[in-house]
Amino acid sequence: MKIIVLMKQVANKDAVLRVGNDEKWIDESDIAHQTNESDGYALEEALRMKEAKGEGEVVVCTLGGQSAKTVIKDALARGADRGIHIIVENDQKLSPHQIAKTIADAIRDENADLIFTGLQSDDASYGQTGVILAELLGIPHATIVIDIDRESLNGNLRVKRELESGWYQWFVYQLPALLTIQSGISQIRYASLKGIMAAKRKEIKEVTPTIEDFGAAQQIQKVYMPLKTKQTQMLGDGDVKRGAAELVEKLKTEIRVI
Amino acid sequence: MILVFIEHKDCVLNKTSLEAITAAQGIGKDLGLKISAVIPCDKDCALAQEISNYDLEKVIMAKNEKLGIYTPDGYTDAWEQVIKATNPTYVIMAHTYQVRDFAPKLAARFGKEVVGDCIRYRNEDGKLVFTRRIFLGKLDADVIIEGDAPYFVTFQSGAFRGDNAEKGGSANIETMDVEVGEIRMKPEAPFQEAKASIDLTKSAIIVAVGRGIKSQENIEKAQELADALGADLAASRPICDAEWLPIDRQIGSSGQTVAPKVYIALGISGAIQHIVGMKNAGTIIAINKDAEAPIFDIADYGIVGDIFDAMPVLVEEIKKAKS
Ligand SMILES: Cc1cc2nc3c(=O)[nH]c(=O)nc-3n(C[C@H](O)[C@H](O)[C@H](O)COP(=O)(O)OP(=O)(O)OC[C@H]3O[C@@H](n4cnc5c(N)ncnc54)[C@H](O)[C@@H]3O)c2cc1C
Ligand SMILES: Cc1cc2nc3c(=O)[nH]c(=O)nc-3n(C[C@H](O)[C@H](O)[C@H](O)COP(=O)(O)OP(=O)(O)OC[C@H]3O[C@@H](n4cnc5c(N)ncnc54)[C@H](O)[C@@H]3O)c2cc1C
Repeated sequence: MKIIVLMKQVANKDAVLRVGNDEKWIDESDIAHQTNESDGYALEEALRMKEAKGEGEVVVCTLGGQSAKTVIKDALARGADRGIHIIVENDQKLSPHQIAKTIADAIRDENADLIFTGLQSDDASYGQTGVILAELLGIPHATIVIDIDRESLNGNLRVKRELESGWYQWFVYQLPALLTIQSGISQIRYASLKGIMAAKRKEIKEVTPTIEDFGAAQQIQKVYMPLKTKQTQMLGDGDVKRGAAELVEKLKTEIRVI
Repeated sequence: MILVFIEHKDCVLNKTSLEAITAAQGIGKDLGLKISAVIPCDKDCALAQEISNYDLEKVIMAKNEKLGIYTPDGYTDAWEQVIKATNPTYVIMAHTYQVRDFAPKLAARFGKEVVGDCIRYRNEDGKLVFTRRIFLGKLDADVIIEGDAPYFVTFQSGAFRGDNAEKGGSANIETMDVEVGEIRMKPEAPFQEAKASIDLTKSAIIVAVGRGIKSQENIEKAQELADALGADLAASRPICDAEWLPIDRQIGSSGQTVAPKVYIALGISGAIQHIVGMKNAGTIIAINKDAEAPIFDIADYGIVGDIFDAMPVLVEEIKKAKS
């Protein structure tokens, strides 16, 4: 069984974001990066499926510049078998459809049984790349998958989708299929020292794609800090301890819960 | 014209569809376009009558026996035919989990993508500019769509008010028998997990921790604060994903929706999926080291700084105040 996992590099969650000079994206010059959160869970689930099945191959694929290679190396250290790096230095300027199309062309001949993606990226959050990719590859998909019945793996696969406000639903799929994985599906393993050493010998295939124009793309005109809608009373004026003391005073005299 | 999606389960309306109608009516006025509502169903949908009371031109019932229970394949096929038959300029939907599941597929079938999860739009000389929230709420992006219609747009829950949807029409109800191909996934019945062991909807005060709490050991410090206040402890999703707290303590779109008198958010950034679960709290207090964190947009009181400096002082001062 072959599982391809799509993983994307995004800005670190704790990074302080500044709007870039062209006002069309953030200033990425000194932003630290990390792997998109739900993509880590997608990889974990793929590794567990392979282990449950007792055979198979987990291939990670990322589209991005050279810096994105760390995403692949980290995944290989955790146990993925090989990587595909689709090198696009300026991937920011691509729309989800272009990204999905480029990935589709790069992985079609792999004929994977399963493709896992994260459910949405923590930067642009289109939440579409996986679904579009499934349509382009002509395979069925499920989004927001929070559990997989690994016992069911005999050509069929039973997956649990998260619906709104505490509802869930199981679906049965025939393979091949594409699943977008929700954070929390299982606990993520760390890379072991052995894994890190083994990763050095694993193959990373580089692909340099030709990117087709996409006339229907959505284009960012401008990015900016959200307008404040509520008057927030800031306490402590930068001094946390004073702020905390002031807050207790408010809790007592204004909010009246103490 | 504009098509607007009416989402339902067993002919029971998903209320966010009314928000979509409000959005469509606004866009319709701005651009001089008529609006039709689309209801996929396996029978003469009991909802059609109710929806026809809104100010719409038509209610299109897209009918096929395979549309009784939602599947992405079934809904995409049905919608594809409605769009081909009606040639809309805009297709407007609420950004629900179901829409996230099929709308990108539908758009891709027309060689398009979705402008998803928009929070507002404005009309610039007949060209619409949509605003999306990116980087988990830290930035807004104004977006335009290139190319020809149809344009697919979804709006975030709460971006428009459902009770602002204008009534007064008596829209024609039209049945469209649609063809649906092979459904490649077999749905089982939706269900709810066993009842949560703690019901946070009844809490008067909630102390909620986010990823800023850093480690499982630190949860104790927040618990001390909660105890001092007589509050219940809750958390954002990553804390429950990591199993530092059980999932029934999770607040947000996939957790509990609460409205306590006071909600204290410690090291929570304020992503929309969290905010929908607590924005109706009486007083919202946020402590975060990032002055630009989106949680401050909805907070009544804020402290910029390290929660590990704030928590012990809070505990101490509360104890003093109480004695
Ligand atoms: C600097 C910068 C500028 C940008 N400017 C624009 C702009 O001008 N116009 C515009 O429309 N967009 C812009 N973007 C958005 C960017 O193009 C999006 O990242 C891209 O469209 C994919 O959307 P997403 O990552 O939100 O996909 P989602 O659909 O949210 O991602 C879902 C999943 O798909 C997979 N995935 C997505 N992308 C990749 C990838 N590259 N490699 C491997 N797996 C992947 C991952 O598993 C991910 O979890 C910009 C981004 C950056 C960083
Ligand atoms: C379909 C879907 C459903 C989801 N459902 C939910 C849901 O039900 N509930 C939910 O919460 N999320 C949900 N999410 C996830 C949501 O998008 C966010 O990822 C999540 O809420 C972020 O949690 P956080 O604020 O704790 O973490 P982060 O976004 O990482 O924020 C941590 C914050 O802590 C601050 N911080 C760090 N250290 C300190 C310190 N020492 N002192 C002070 N501040 C500090 C940082 O500045 C930052 O603002 C869902 C997402 C999706 C896509």
